[in-house]
Amino acid sequence: MGRLRTISRRTFLIGSTAVLGGVAFGTFAANKPYDNPLLADLGDGEASFNPFVKITDETITLIVNHADSGQGVQSAQAALIAEELDVDLDQVTLSFGHPDPAYYNAGFAAEAVPFMSFDRSLPAQTMRGLAADALKLLGLQGTGGSTSMPDQYVKLRTAGAVARETLKLAASAQSGVPVAELTTAGGAVQLPDGTALTYQSLAAQAAQIEPVKDVTLRDPGTWRLLGKPMQRTDSVAKSTGTETYGIDLKVDGMVHAAVRMNPRKGGAMNGYDATAAEGMRGVSQVIPLANGAAVIANNTWRAITAVNAIDFDWGPAPYPAEQDDHWQAVAASFTDDRLDKEWRADGDVDSALTDVTVIEAEYRAPYVAHQPLEPIGAIVRVDENGAEVWAGHQLPGFLTMKVADIVGCPIENVVFHNQMIGGSFGHRLEFENITLATEIAKQLLGTPVKLTFSREEDFAQDFTRQIGMSRSRGAIKDGKVDSWALDIATPSPVASQGGRMGQAVPGPDMQIVSGAWNMPYAIPHLRVRGYRVPELAPISSWRSVGASTAGFFAESFLDEMIHAAGADPLEERLRLCNHPVHRAVLETIGEMSNWGSDMGENRGRGIAIVESFGVPTAEVVEVTMTDRGIKLDKVYVVADVGQIIDPVNLESQLSGGAIWGLGHAINAEITYADGIAEQENFYTHDAMRMFQCPDVAVKALENADMIRGAGEPGVPPAPAALANAIFAATGQRLREMPFNKFIDFA
Amino acid sequence: MQFTVNGQTHEVDVEDDMPLLWVLRDELGITGPKYGCGIAQCGACTVHLDGIAVRSCQIPAGSLEGARVTTIEGLGTPDAMHALQEAWVDHQVAQCGYCQSGQIMQAADLLTTTPNPTDQDIDDVMSGNLCRCGTYPRIRAAIKTAATKMKGA
Repeated sequence: MGRLRTISRRTFLIGSTAVLGGVAFGTFAANKPYDNPLLADLGDGEASFNPFVKITDETITLIVNHADSGQGVQSAQAALIAEELDVDLDQVTLSFGHPDPAYYNAGFAAEAVPFMSFDRSLPAQTMRGLAADALKLLGLQGTGGSTSMPDQYVKLRTAGAVARETLKLAASAQSGVPVAELTTAGGAVQLPDGTALTYQSLAAQAAQIEPVKDVTLRDPGTWRLLGKPMQRTDSVAKSTGTETYGIDLKVDGMVHAAVRMNPRKGGAMNGYDATAAEGMRGVSQVIPLANGAAVIANNTWRAITAVNAIDFDWGPAPYPAEQDDHWQAVAASFTDDRLDKEWRADGDVDSALTDVTVIEAEYRAPYVAHQPLEPIGAIVRVDENGAEVWAGHQLPGFLTMKVADIVGCPIENVVFHNQMIGGSFGHRLEFENITLATEIAKQLLGTPVKLTFSREEDFAQDFTRQIGMSRSRGAIKDGKVDSWALDIATPSPVASQGGRMGQAVPGPDMQIVSGAWNMPYAIPHLRVRGYRVPELAPISSWRSVGASTAGFFAESFLDEMIHAAGADPLEERLRLCNHPVHRAVLETIGEMSNWGSDMGENRGRGIAIVESFGVPTAEVVEVTMTDRGIKLDKVYVVADVGQIIDPVNLESQLSGGAIWGLGHAINAEITYADGIAEQENFYTHDAMRMFQCPDVAVKALENADMIRGAGEPGVPPAPAALANAIFAATGQRLREMPFNKFIDFA
Repeated sequence: MQFTVNGQTHEVDVEDDMPLLWVLRDELGITGPKYGCGIAQCGACTVHLDGIAVRSCQIPAGSLEGARVTTIEGLGTPDAMHALQEAWVDHQVAQCGYCQSGQIMQAADLLTTTPNPTDQDIDDVMSGNLCRCGTYPRIRAAIKTAATKMKGA
């Protein structure tokens, strides 16, 4: 099994192919639980009941294995366990744990199959089940795709309940009181006489007991923590400068490193002259790398300054050098031989668009960069046997594999310590910081190397969001939207990302059309096709991935058709909406935003609804045309997440998502000249600043039949809702991001 | 050069052009101020220099002789938080949190000069501090809460 897993992890990728894994291995093996990795390190008198709970005579440790890049999932995971374990969050220690297949993420299954999220048909559910089995068998640990809550919701509550019931058995054995008379609260088993036996005091006894197998999870109506406003566990540290991010870590004996790689990403390094760098104070070494070089120094600034003093001879880019050529490649991809998949074909679009007045429009979405505020980096120490890595990362399993490949050691000999991450938005799914730090550390055996990217290097090497275009042809009939052929062309983010992970990804990429093909509308004649642009500059998952572009294309053009029909943007969407969960989202945002009320002169509101990661999310943006340009006044967000874990953090995620979507739609793009990204720091790519940021009102609903994550779904509706609002206020239709190329913003 | 950080005197021997940010982080091990951009575009490195908010990535070490530097660690501690830090916790401002040291230090300067800031004051002063997570609405609310609390104190 272990070997099968190792092989399969090297040849499989989460995505549309995960299903194949389930078919190949069968479901029989998927029911086998993984061994508990915590048992290997237990000392005398220490107890662990599953991979998520460890108790010693001093501490209760909860393993919260999903990476936290600011989405607050560390707290949320802890709360899921604590709810059933009956501890308070200030009584426990949290750990990201160490990579292990026991921490597989089956939450990716929902997005890995080509069915609409609300499709509960037998084929859809069967495929989801197989995908989940495959993900479990592959032991893929990862954070992304807003999957943390779907993955952990039952798993972690069960872990807490198993631990609680086993501790009760221990208390019963120790006290002689029957289990049925015991209760738990405040991190202790309570005896009928009022005595409280802390879990720590029961650790030694519990270590002798086989964990209970069957537990019943508590009814949400009885929850003490979940569903109620919580205080995130990281609030104090992050408000006092005492949070330790990867970039703040210090390991004994470490040296500092900075790199410069060919800014024509993936291009060759033909040579360099490092004379100036070598003579600089604190610089100990210049190390050549495959596509660049590293400087080793005794201080981050010295390393960065020195590496910037190296005179490099860079080779050409392995993609078109100029931005116009990228656009031309996208525009040239709406052809039969580039058709990736026809995702939806309701009615008969071709007939419906014959002999009628056709509305046509082309939309564009540019490359944009991730650029979380903590630059990427890592600390790596390599020795004769293996490696130790300290960094924040979303894919620990692949990380250890990559490091093991470079070092030439078994995967088991790579020890990874995951760290709190200062923002990711998809950036920490990539591996360059890890692999480069490992390459450098391999040449300094035994010495920990701390690699920190300069902001400029981070911009230059970032793998951006996909560039893309859509072409729509539609028609109205009797004042209603009647027919629509929506063609979308982008390179495949999944294939580009998978390629860097050594994964071939066969089959169509749903991300090209995500957020558009699954629109919740019964339009009589609707066709959605995805066209795959040949890979241009390397691209990656950027917060909400495909829906960030396709959602803009779809909901903006729909708005054009609704206006052409003379209908109301909300009323017509409600008329077309064919799913009750989505309908409730639209109705709620209509009430919340007082849709239809008079706004006065020079003002306008726009609406959009996009489903991403199973979360239908509607946004209404209100704007005013001022003499300094468009001012964003207010944004309303309504999303259905199925089950709310922490309403405070949920509000933050949806609000932050909307602001992310708006800021980039207004202000940000990456363009290439001479094969190099022209934007090298925040002054040309900063998205939203406070002076442009509107008030945001959020409401979350719980009508859907399963819990969903909220880190990404706030993003996709924002650009279209804003463009539609600007049209309402000014009559100007914006069909290309960033909007500030076409209209001023106050 | 010799200067104080959070009331403690430090003597460092570094290049005159090494930015204060890196003196703090790599020479003195004070990591509350963050590296975000290196060119005064993000504000994550904001500290107080002789009582005024500055971007520490732009302050050369050579200018520090006798200076008085306060970092987020000197504004308040987890056990004795500044009113702004308490407001930041109460409003749960932080998401990734990486920019918040700088946001809070900038806000502290704002409240020193403008104890009762308007929305416009807040937007004007805080727009130099970049938050990629989009916590701005909560930052505004937290500053107002802290202002009210500090006036009452």
